[in-house]
Amino acid sequence: MSTASSSPVIERGTAASRIAAIAVAVIIALLAIAPQFLSAGAVDRMTALFIYVILAAMWNALAGLGGLVSVGQQVFFGLGAYFAIRLADVGLNPFLALFASGIIVGAVSWPLSLFMLRLRNGEFAIGMWVIAALTHLLVNLDRLVQGETGTSLISLNVYDGSIRRVTIYWLALASMTALLTVLFGLLRGSTGAAIRAIRDNEDAAASVGVRVTGTKRLLFVLAAFGIGIAGALWLATSITFQPKTYFNVQWTAYMIFMVLVGGIGTFEGAILGALVFFLIETWFGGAGVWYLIGLGATAVLFSLFLPRGLWGTIEERFGLHLLPVGYRVRLPADISDGDTTPSPQQATTHREKA
Amino acid sequence: MSNQIIQGILLGGYYALIACGLSFMFSVMRIINLAHGSLAVVAAYALWFLASRFHVSPFLGLLIVLPVMAVIGWALQRFLLERSARGGALLPILTTFGLAIVIDNMLFEQFGANTRSLAPYIGSLSYDSWEWPGSIYVGKLAVIMFATAVILLGGLQLFLTRTGLGRSIRATSEDPDTAGLVGVDARRANTIAAAIALVTVGLAGAFLGMRGTFDPYAGAPQLLFAFEAAVIGGAGSLWGTLIGGIVLALAQTLGAQVHPQGFLIGGHAAFLVVLFVRLSASGLGLRGLLRLPSRIAS
Repeated sequence: MSTASSSPVIERGTAASRIAAIAVAVIIALLAIAPQFLSAGAVDRMTALFIYVILAAMWNALAGLGGLVSVGQQVFFGLGAYFAIRLADVGLNPFLALFASGIIVGAVSWPLSLFMLRLRNGEFAIGMWVIAALTHLLVNLDRLVQGETGTSLISLNVYDGSIRRVTIYWLALASMTALLTVLFGLLRGSTGAAIRAIRDNEDAAASVGVRVTGTKRLLFVLAAFGIGIAGALWLATSITFQPKTYFNVQWTAYMIFMVLVGGIGTFEGAILGALVFFLIETWFGGAGVWYLIGLGATAVLFSLFLPRGLWGTIEERFGLHLLPVGYRVRLPADISDGDTTPSPQQATTHREKA
Repeated sequence: MSNQIIQGILLGGYYALIACGLSFMFSVMRIINLAHGSLAVVAAYALWFLASRFHVSPFLGLLIVLPVMAVIGWALQRFLLERSARGGALLPILTTFGLAIVIDNMLFEQFGANTRSLAPYIGSLSYDSWEWPGSIYVGKLAVIMFATAVILLGGLQLFLTRTGLGRSIRATSEDPDTAGLVGVDARRANTIAAAIALVTVGLAGAFLGMRGTFDPYAGAPQLLFAFEAAVIGGAGSLWGTLIGGIVLALAQTLGAQVHPQGFLIGGHAAFLVVLFVRLSASGLGLRGLLRLPSRIAS
């Protein structure tokens, strides 16, 4: 038995994940040129999908990875749109305003995190809801917004309709790709190890020197920034800004639905959840109230009976990792041959989670 | 001004009513029920339905609705909370939030978007008032509401301290495992606590409907009021909830004086100020804002 073959191999990916990486690149490239072939309506729908993916990924980063369940994330969605309106009003290019707005939302969330992150579980959840309700009321006081009447991102109207549509599509695609890349990078790096340690046991993580609060704060600010961008992009697609629509708790309900169904705490799960939500909305969105009842009931059923979501269940059952962020220890085959462990793959991939 | 202060204090009784179920449930089971407000609205609709369809006075209707609410509480605990609480502290938040969405939209589906009120069914009580010295008029309903809150809080306090069942609920809230070792059936204690909490929610829903209007989506603001009153009242005792409700109502009254849209802003702002002070005062961050400490009621 040579030393080379008997020492365990540490892997950061699998054959499936290497194929997946290529597939992701191809998909993004295809999406980038897709507007050439899609109808105007389809381009708008795809833009909405990208925004849903951002929302799901950001809420998942906060709740699934940081253990911070918030029902007030609509505050950042609304603020993203509101700051974009404000910035465009003082003469900033509307497209630039979308991203400047996201940065401001991220900046605002930092002092907020100093305060809110000291609350726990349910208290944090409703505390964020109070923040969202208060922010909504304060935004209503702004004369520019005119209360619930709302206002519009008028400066976008100088661009031709089709150019505007495609530009927003690309901006949404680019934002989604960038945010997912940042999140993926975070999870694969040393922060990712800290995040997983905190998720598994916060007190134990703190005792071995993981910066718990700092890591959570990073996720909180990232989620605020991403959701702010999403709100600004949504404003760009719909032009009108009515505070009631943007500060609506339904946005958080959507985020929770997507992440619960997709698989809370898994990187791929949030994307899958957004896709599922997008399809359900496309097919049943017209059903009105029953559609919302269905969403709520599905969320309850998933949290009761399939808390790991679709992707979490797939991952557990098949050991499939398309976008692996963790480490895999693979024991050489000759060691485990006579062992009780059925196969090295199974023995080692089990507890690795994204 | 003194008139408004008195109105504010009496309104605080309503907030205490809606808050006490939330903080009671949290202190026993460590679960914040996000469907709390929606369930209060369910009770209000049930009373409205009985009154408008079968001409049952809302006060008599409570004799039917409150036991139903207790059963709902039992079912909620057995089928939803118990199961999701096993999955960690975060899952119940998601479950109850999903439940709130289902309830709100079911109500919308069933009763439509119109606002309803129980006021037409309680006769002159909705507008009658007593004149107090200094030409201060206090609504009879507001006084009844406040008195109900005081009686309910006092009754809960007595129940928790003086009865065996109350002691077993307190023991479970302290430490379910140890309570189990000394023969307390934690599962039973939790279920009874949930049923009691839902009865208080039913009462709160009745007053919600009598003192104004409600619609299918009125649950979310009620949840926020309940949470704010409970947090402002703090972890002292159940009476803290009454003080929290009064502070919240006074802050709202003050807010309304400052700005036409300041009613809700005043309440939320007061909540955040109290939160900020309490977080600053406790160096390490709070273990639980709503948790009743062991010296509750002793």
